Amino acid sequence: MKKRAIGQSGWLWTSLASVVAFIYFFPVLFIILTAFRSRSDTLATPPKWIFTPTFENFYHIFFRSMANSTEYVATGFHVYFFNSIYISGMSVLLALLIGTIAAYGFSRHPLRGNDTYLFIILTTRMLPPIIVIVPIFLIFRITGLAGTYTGIILMYTAFNLPFSIWMMKSFFDELNTEIEDASRMDGASESSVFFGVCIPQVKAGLAATSVFALILTWNEFLFSLLLTNKLTRTMPPAMARTIGGEINVDYGLLAAMICLFIIPIFLITYLLQNQLLRGVTFGTIKK
Amino acid sequence: MKRSTGFLAWFMDPKRRGPMLIAPAITVLLLVNIIPLMWSFGLSFFKYRANTLKLPKFSWFYSYEKVLTKDNIWESLQTTAIIVAGSVGMQMVLGFLLALLFASQFPLRKILLMFVLAPMMLSNVAVAIYFKLFYEPEFGLLSQFVQSFITGEMYVLLSTPAGALIGVIFADAWQWTPFVMLLVLAGLVSVPKHLYEAAEIDRMSWWRKFTTITFPYVRSLLLLAVLFRTIETVKIFDLVFILTNGGPGTATETIGVLVYRTAFQFFRTSNSAAMGYILLFAVIVLTSLYLYVIKQRESEEI
Repeated sequence: MKKRAIGQSGWLWTSLASVVAFIYFFPVLFIILTAFRSRSDTLATPPKWIFTPTFENFYHIFFRSMANSTEYVATGFHVYFFNSIYISGMSVLLALLIGTIAAYGFSRHPLRGNDTYLFIILTTRMLPPIIVIVPIFLIFRITGLAGTYTGIILMYTAFNLPFSIWMMKSFFDELNTEIEDASRMDGASESSVFFGVCIPQVKAGLAATSVFALILTWNEFLFSLLLTNKLTRTMPPAMARTIGGEINVDYGLLAAMICLFIIPIFLITYLLQNQLLRGVTFGTIKK
Repeated sequence: MKRSTGFLAWFMDPKRRGPMLIAPAITVLLLVNIIPLMWSFGLSFFKYRANTLKLPKFSWFYSYEKVLTKDNIWESLQTTAIIVAGSVGMQMVLGFLLALLFASQFPLRKILLMFVLAPMMLSNVAVAIYFKLFYEPEFGLLSQFVQSFITGEMYVLLSTPAGALIGVIFADAWQWTPFVMLLVLAGLVSVPKHLYEAAEIDRMSWWRKFTTITFPYVRSLLLLAVLFRTIETVKIFDLVFILTNGGPGTATETIGVLVYRTAFQFFRTSNSAAMGYILLFAVIVLTSLYLYVIKQRESEEI
């Protein structure tokens, strides 16, 4: 292996990097702290840095107290939470299935105009969602797909598909085709080459692709805002609605909601650090 | 091995293997992306409002004419350009500096890197809500900082046009600086070590080492970062929509917000389709440029 120019630096460099990382990370840290503050501590000026942590904000996401009573009623957030999981899970599964097969096709059995197809597929991912949403909105209204799980899952499948194809193609392109050719010589059928030889080698790729697609779908706002109703809404538009009122915004509550987003993302960022570059560029840049 | 006959054999023909494998994907994309796009292309030549029962009326280039002369499209293109220039510029500078910081190996590097990389994985909605709290005049951190250290008064950033633009640019740049950093980092670690060793022997100055060794390795990735971020920032919607809703007035009304308002607040459906096509054209040009640079880069390094 060629020697790369990664220098070795000591703890001095670590402390410098820690300071920078801390400043950069400060906004997020502040949110996490706010989520654990009680209501009166949240509004304190100057901000209280030492306080008794409480989980009441997290509780209030799902149950809120009525104005004049001590009774708690469900906010309906558990529905949005479930919708987010169900809709992103289903659409990622579908997109990964269709996308992996297509990626294998593009990688191993190129067509005439292979690059053109791939360009068009990438363009559908790059183009502003706002352009597609206008006609989709009308079509969904006519066909009655608006507000249904089927509709939004179909939409997100198409949203994840270009990403899955480009990502998986980049993983297939990296494989050594000699192993595949050898098993073909041994009389393996095309499907057993695909399932038995290729898929096991791109397991890590499949995992990375599905996690990135899950994050993209989990975070998506516009499609869900326009194509779902009260029963099928996902988390992002539900969260955005919470601040719609402007007055009497419960910051602790919002911070707790953001926390629900942030914490899993952190773990994922850490675990997928080596695939991050490929993931955020839709598989167009490998290293 | 038994060969199947008839219909199945037609399917299994090795000649058709490629098309058959990509057929399902193409079908979904046709149904959910291509056909709707063609639909809205057609719609842009009609007069149509989605909130009335009136049938679309064919009107040639009426919508385009209206969009280019009457609506705020030039203004919003200008706003979008300011945000793109400000945000992408900031991301490039900060991303480059952060990459230089993380280009060497030191203890706890992976953990610290996680903290810096995480913002770009966050939902735009979460970032927008967060910055809304951050800029909030009474309790927001920014206002409290200004209040206690500088002016002694509450600070309302988002109420002035310039302030709102700065607020949007800052939030977007904060979220996406890690992206640029990641790309630059990939370039920095790909520089072969022996080049630096040779430069040491030649007693090259720090600046000459940077311009003759480091920069050439990072150049193509920098260009890709600029293109990718430009494509993404041109489409900016969620952040602006939640943070400022295009305001105050139309000060932060980017092209994405304008299309949204035209389509779903004023229901000038065909006008919004026409606007969309102007935006689409820009994105297609940028995307082909992006792929061209990738091809160049791949053919350069073997």
